[in-house]
Amino acid sequence: MRRLGLIAIIVFGGLLFSISFELPDLGDAQSPASTHVSPYYIEHTLEDTSVPNIVTAILADYRGYDTLFETAVIFSAGLACFFLLRVPERRGSAPKVRFYRHLATGLTLRIEKGGRLPEESKEFERIDSVWVPSDVIINMTCRLVVPFVQLFALYVIAHGHHSPGGGFQGGVIFGAAIILFAISNNLRSTTRRLSERSSALLGSGGVLIYLGTGLLCMLLGAGFLNYSGLSAFPGLDPVSARSYGILIVEIGVGIAVAAVMVWIYYNLASAGTQEEGL
Amino acid sequence: MIWQLDLIILLMVVICGIAAISIRDLLGAAIMFGAYSFMMCLLWSIMGAVDVSFTEASVGAGVSTVFFVAAVFRTTRRTSD
Repeated sequence: MRRLGLIAIIVFGGLLFSISFELPDLGDAQSPASTHVSPYYIEHTLEDTSVPNIVTAILADYRGYDTLFETAVIFSAGLACFFLLRVPERRGSAPKVRFYRHLATGLTLRIEKGGRLPEESKEFERIDSVWVPSDVIINMTCRLVVPFVQLFALYVIAHGHHSPGGGFQGGVIFGAAIILFAISNNLRSTTRRLSERSSALLGSGGVLIYLGTGLLCMLLGAGFLNYSGLSAFPGLDPVSARSYGILIVEIGVGIAVAAVMVWIYYNLASAGTQEEGL
Repeated sequence: MIWQLDLIILLMVVICGIAAISIRDLLGAAIMFGAYSFMMCLLWSIMGAVDVSFTEASVGAGVSTVFFVAAVFRTTRRTSD
């Protein structure tokens, strides 16, 4: 079986490698893509949408359907992780033994199932059973870094019209900031701030913002995802309406991607129990 | 477009790719995969595809490495293959 796999890889790899010489060169001005497809976007994007970054305009406006379903794919990836990994709470997903630390003395309490748990007080802190000592330097560094990472993520989303970036990248960076917080502290303190329920709702909400923008354009008389229909609102001409439409859609993508990344991390790191994490 | 730099990065991509599939330690494989993604990100930006490179850096080298590490943490670190 191993030898068969090796032969298949060599044959198909060789085929791909030999065919790759037939592809047009990098940046070839005579290739079909450069003679028929690209010139239209290069010449018309700025006057159509007033967006300087052509990539953003193509992704969110000219090829809006692709990005819509890309976002739906991301959301269904989160949904698949949820259905595969999540353990319902009633089936005894709660751990048999819980550990608490008394903050003043540093003593660790081990409480068997059925034992009385200390009340949610300032004196005790729940810790994971696979316990990693909390490090002050790591904690404080991540606490300092997280706000700046989140601010950068918002900048990437908002500035996607002018520079590389956009909803997808910004959303991933925003989700990564929350995941960084979860890694440096623990899963519970993160789920207290952004619960699993709200991350799932935000994920679907982001996709619905995208879809809703498309439907709103349709209601206003233009085609689905043709943002120039938004010019029915006062103060907007068709060109700036397309620019604002791209921004709204990018915000939706950003919310969806950030929430789904966090959702996947919750399920993956806690093996579906949402009790203890990395 | 300095071709020496291009060649070095391309070699690193190949080395990281081979290391990621041949290494026995799954945590090491996840890290090698992150390094592979980062080298690919450099290649994209050399070719002028800055948006793709940005996505590769944030998704490939960033979040997916975290997902791999989380999966290794919850399963096993050794592979039988």
